Amino acid sequence: MNWDSKKQTLPKAFYVLCLLLFVLGSANSVFAQGKEPTDDDVNRIAKQLYCPVCESTPLDVCPTEACRQWRDLIRQMLSEGKSENEIKQYFVAHYGARVLDEPPNRFVSYIVPVIAFLLGAALLFRGFRMWMKPAAAEAGPDEEESKPVAQDDYIQKFEEEMKKRE
Amino acid sequence: MIADLGYGILVVSFLTALYSVFAAIYGELKKLPNMVESARRAMLLTWPLLTITAGILIYLLTHDHYEVQFVYEVTSRSMPTYLKVTAWWGGQAGSLLFWSWLMSAFTSLVTFKKWDRDREFLPWVVAVGGITLAFFLGMNVFFENPFAQLYQTLDGITPHTFQPAQGVLFTPQDGRGLNPLLRHPGMIIHPPMLYLGFVSFVIPFAFAMAALISGRTDDRWIRLTRRWALWAWLFLSAGLVLGSRWAYDVLGWGGFWGWDPVEIAAFMPWLTGTAFLHSVMIQEKRGMFKHWNMLLIIITYDLVIFGTFLTRSGVLSSVHAFAESAIGPMFFVFIGLTLITSIALVIHRWDSLKSETKMTSLLSREALFLLNNLLFISVLIVCFWGVIYPLVSELFTGQKVTVGPPFYERATGPLFGSLMLLMGIAPLSAWGHSTVKTLGRAIWKPIIGAALVAAYAFATYTHNIIALVGFFLVALVILVTIYEYGRGAYARQRSQGENIFTAFLNLTSRNRRRYGGYIIHLSMMLMAIGILGIEIFQVETQGTIGVGDTMDLSGYTIKYKEVASWDDNASGVNHTRAVVEVYKADGTYLGNLNPRKDFFFDTQQPMTIPGQLASLKDEVYVLLVDWEPINQAGTTFKLIINPLVNWLWLGSFIFIFGIIIAAWPERAERAEARAGKRVPQASAAD
Repeated sequence: MNWDSKKQTLPKAFYVLCLLLFVLGSANSVFAQGKEPTDDDVNRIAKQLYCPVCESTPLDVCPTEACRQWRDLIRQMLSEGKSENEIKQYFVAHYGARVLDEPPNRFVSYIVPVIAFLLGAALLFRGFRMWMKPAAAEAGPDEEESKPVAQDDYIQKFEEEMKKRE
Repeated sequence: MIADLGYGILVVSFLTALYSVFAAIYGELKKLPNMVESARRAMLLTWPLLTITAGILIYLLTHDHYEVQFVYEVTSRSMPTYLKVTAWWGGQAGSLLFWSWLMSAFTSLVTFKKWDRDREFLPWVVAVGGITLAFFLGMNVFFENPFAQLYQTLDGITPHTFQPAQGVLFTPQDGRGLNPLLRHPGMIIHPPMLYLGFVSFVIPFAFAMAALISGRTDDRWIRLTRRWALWAWLFLSAGLVLGSRWAYDVLGWGGFWGWDPVEIAAFMPWLTGTAFLHSVMIQEKRGMFKHWNMLLIIITYDLVIFGTFLTRSGVLSSVHAFAESAIGPMFFVFIGLTLITSIALVIHRWDSLKSETKMTSLLSREALFLLNNLLFISVLIVCFWGVIYPLVSELFTGQKVTVGPPFYERATGPLFGSLMLLMGIAPLSAWGHSTVKTLGRAIWKPIIGAALVAAYAFATYTHNIIALVGFFLVALVILVTIYEYGRGAYARQRSQGENIFTAFLNLTSRNRRRYGGYIIHLSMMLMAIGILGIEIFQVETQGTIGVGDTMDLSGYTIKYKEVASWDDNASGVNHTRAVVEVYKADGTYLGNLNPRKDFFFDTQQPMTIPGQLASLKDEVYVLLVDWEPINQAGTTFKLIINPLVNWLWLGSFIFIFGIIIAAWPERAERAEARAGKRVPQASAAD
């Protein structure tokens, strides 16, 4: 009897659990249906992806059938509630890092131009210092050396005219 | 038979170019003037020979000789004759021949010059031009023969230069046809413009090498070639502008520049060419930076070859495709050899290239020009690194990656901003010497004016900080340039007694390079407005709507009226065209747009042509989204609003106009060209 009563109580718990899951599940599907992804939602992510075949054509504008299927997949994943990152990671896991519009290791991609610029700037300013030192030493008190080189006859005349007025 | 004749003349052209190289070098080394003259004439002969070769190829293209592999690949019966002619540069083998034909035309043109005063340059200019020409012709002769014919053999249908044993000539009924994207007028003119630019830059390089080899390292080579460099820059710029417009009109993504490696390949020599055009002025005015100018023209030359290598070798698809490509390794070796040899020559002449004067101020014009060079080279490094990073990654880690627009935009944005700032300051600085005081006195008014413009933009248009900085810089450059123009015209008015309009015209015509340069600066600022607009303020939406339904975005409404689809059998195209009406938010009718989708039967490729409603404020850009079904019940449109983008195209026209002004020979130079005399003080007006 006891066993029977236990046997009867188990289904009750089971029903409660099922009901809970159903409610939660329904809530989830209601959420997904309420947020039916638009073309713009799909394109926002597709814009950042490239399929491995269509070189240099972002997924949001690529007209091939394969890319259309990818966009459909993005739409489906969005409707399942997946985040932008999860969707991008899905494509990376299946097709490699080349599907992203930027290399995953951003440090490496940016550090090279930064170092090159800094090196160039350092070389340039070292050059400036080297050129300036002897020039300054040679120029000394000679006022002529520091006078600007005429860049345009008319402007020079203009400057002279202005000085006269002053 | 005709194809064999074409190949035969191609081989003779190749041998003639090789002869000109050897005769020029041998004649100069052995002091045999007749031999050098023979080399010059051989070089002159290459152009008529290649013109006949090109004529034969055009005949084959326009007469449906599909037994020729190249003709089969790029033409079809449904294509109009003009497209069959322009298909010459629509494929690899043809475009290499086109390159060679232009190269021989330019080198021949140079050898026509009177050489009395520059005799020591002649053999080396012929040799360097000849080496470049022979290399490209060699690619055609040995690897990419445009006259190869299709033969049915035991291995199937394969292309051969000579008839294989047991092979039977195979003539397909029709060709595959030109890629529809290449049938747009912009794309027909775009490659010749780029090639003209590329080839023209070979001439200053050839003179630079001649200067290094002959030991005449003064600035004569620069004076002789500065117009070449300007024309090269003009063609390259026109090619880039046309390519951008083509992308905007045909690629159907609402933008004009996608940082695609092929675009970057053409942009890189433009960057070094721009740096070179500024830097040579320092050498002409102050006798400085001779090493640097040599290096710049060497880099520009090798970037020209590198650009062709990038687009032609398959290296962009993968390093493996490059290794398998016939011409890829050849290009690689050629670039390496020319780079090493040229730099070795610079090192050899290092002492004779020392500066004649010293720099006296960090704010002098020459110092600011050098800073400008640093920025241009930095943009170049960003571009170069972005293009080769996927290859480096694949080679060293095995991981393929994509370097897309976000990288380039983030990395080059601050550099372009700094360049704009320099464009605002440099015209006010003097050659030789400037101080903070003198510069400050000249610039404070334009700065206040620019700040007022930025404040107005803040109050009426945007609060975006990058856009506001951009508008400030644009206004600064425009005001400084107008100030400079006005100062010069006023000075002329005072000294010559001319009215202001005449003074303005005479000022420009008397000093084309300087004032042409200012027009270029102004036009670039107009282009910058368009770029800021599309990059920062572009908005888009996509949706499926039925007939009579509307779609709204950013103060504009489009209303879907109808769609029609029909076959144009004569052209082999199916057109699907929609009619949409455009309204402003207040209901004002603005016009009709006809976005369309073309489907080409021969190549089985679609093309999306946008409907565009242009104004200086915004452009309404509507696309029929070509991967969604189209019917009366519902059609998918993409609506894009591109604010200010038409300033970019307006600026582009003025830009080309400015370069023509700057590149047009001065009166004195034209007289020199007529009389064959050297003009003293050729740059006195700069």
